[in-house]
Amino acid sequence: MKQLIALNKGLWLALAYLLAVTGSAFAAGEEEAAWNGGLRQKFFGDRAIEEGNQIIELTAPYRAEDPALVPIQINSKIPQTKDRYIKTVTLIIDNNPVPFSANFHFTPESGKADLAMRVRVNAYTHIRAIAETNDGKLHMNKVFVKASGGCSAPIGTDLEAAMARMGKMKFKLDNEKAALQQPNLAQLLISHPNITGLQMDQLTRMIKPAHFVEELKVSFNDKPVLTAQTDIAISADPNFRFYFVPETAGELKAEIRDNKGNQFSATQTVTP
Amino acid sequence: MKVPVIALILSLTALNAPAQTDIPKLSLQQVAPGIYVHQGVHELPDSHNRGEIANIGFIVGQRCVAVIDTGGSPEQGHALRSAIESITTTPICYVINTHVHPDHIYGNIAFKQPGVSFIGHHKLAEAMAMRAPFYQEKAERDLGFSLKIENFVPPDHSVRDTLVLELGARTLLLRAHKTSHTDNDLSIYDAQTKTLWLADLLFMGHLPVVDGSLNGWLATIEQLKTIDAKLAIPGHGPVSADWPGALEPEERYLKTLQSEIRAFIKDDKTMEDAMENVDLSVRDDWQLFDEFHKRNISTAFAELEWEDD
Ligand SMILES: [Zn+2]
Repeated sequence: MKQLIALNKGLWLALAYLLAVTGSAFAAGEEEAAWNGGLRQKFFGDRAIEEGNQIIELTAPYRAEDPALVPIQINSKIPQTKDRYIKTVTLIIDNNPVPFSANFHFTPESGKADLAMRVRVNAYTHIRAIAETNDGKLHMNKVFVKASGGCSAPIGTDLEAAMARMGKMKFKLDNEKAALQQPNLAQLLISHPNITGLQMDQLTRMIKPAHFVEELKVSFNDKPVLTAQTDIAISADPNFRFYFVPETAGELKAEIRDNKGNQFSATQTVTP
Repeated sequence: MKVPVIALILSLTALNAPAQTDIPKLSLQQVAPGIYVHQGVHELPDSHNRGEIANIGFIVGQRCVAVIDTGGSPEQGHALRSAIESITTTPICYVINTHVHPDHIYGNIAFKQPGVSFIGHHKLAEAMAMRAPFYQEKAERDLGFSLKIENFVPPDHSVRDTLVLELGARTLLLRAHKTSHTDNDLSIYDAQTKTLWLADLLFMGHLPVVDGSLNGWLATIEQLKTIDAKLAIPGHGPVSADWPGALEPEERYLKTLQSEIRAFIKDDKTMEDAMENVDLSVRDDWQLFDEFHKRNISTAFAELEWEDD
């Protein structure tokens, strides 16, 4: 019995040591593990990626208050001109079950490739924004966020009301009167439960199937302003802020499609 | 080789089965005749307090005891049960869960036996089912214990509107509320002592936490005010407080949150902006303000953004 206890104790010590060693080793490389271990290759192959905040800057809270509703902003550092502009911004949340969060396409008519939205964060992770400029170069800015459970978090308490409201959209413009020939800030609110498919109903052992906005197109007078592919990391009732440049008075239009093929659209008159 | 393995299993089994004397004592106060409350602590649930942070307790009738919330861990449930058995020989007939939050339901398993009926809001079972996997993960990570699905004991009887429970020379009125603190809040009224057990519909000292609907909670508060009670029992705060004065600070906080966030939305300001600037003047009036205020703002902002639609 004595021998056994000794062995037992030794075993526990060994286990504890192993845990401590692997735990700390994991922690040290952990932040970049998912990115270097495949994400980078998967999305960008061997292309060079310049890191910094010269082209875009990502802002996110270090500690998320609500992991299912983390507000983030992407600010561009260069104006959108015909000669030089940000073509695409890809948003990756490394340690989410689905790291690919969204892909935004801009044009020179976007005015400014700035974005704000709310995302779900499932584990301590880097969030990365990778901008591709029209010369084909990639520029990345990343932020580390402490949050957990954002994707598996229970669906908002009133799913029935959310389903009834699904597809409603509204624009909010920063100023009542639009400033012609220059970037105007717009906000698009989309009512959609954006179910991640990771929330299990333990009663029926059924996972509520994923149901989320997959594509977003914003145009002004039929010219594209912002086009996006989005995934489950975008919070319920998606909310996007972006810029557009009205040349004249006209109509701002949003069209969305979800993964079940539902399509919705909304328009907003813009007057100078 | 065989002998040590068996011995090891036996020794582990012995370690895992707590002796009767291991059950920690639970402090209780009698706030009105036959109404006992254990006071929680104003802390975030963690591995030190094991999530045992809420006010929990029981009401004794001539024929039956009704337990109201069972605590933040199975151990606290056992502690509550042994405290009840040391105070009265009246059997436990009912376990009432006031809502789905872990600090109120994780002791349920200690009371699961024939003859005990579990009672909750009609949306409690679904809320438990939806949250169980997420809560299991969280318990493992933050509280330092693991929970099986059996720990989530759903109600045997659900309350859609109201339910009258006879405890023997004592009648309890249970009310199911519309989405407020959560979407499954239940309050208990003891007519004999005019005591209103509000659980987390009433926060005192501990900042109110919105996990349901801000507008709904304020509407519920209006209804609660019409109840002819003398004493209220909050889910977090003192074991009891005078009614209806007990509601004032919570109502003031929630109303300010509502009016300020509405103003932010009307001015086309952002959630981020609101989270930084809404109503910081009351910071010193509340405990755990920094832990929950911003979260309340984001939850409420997302709700109020769509309130006119
Ligand atoms: Zn609660």
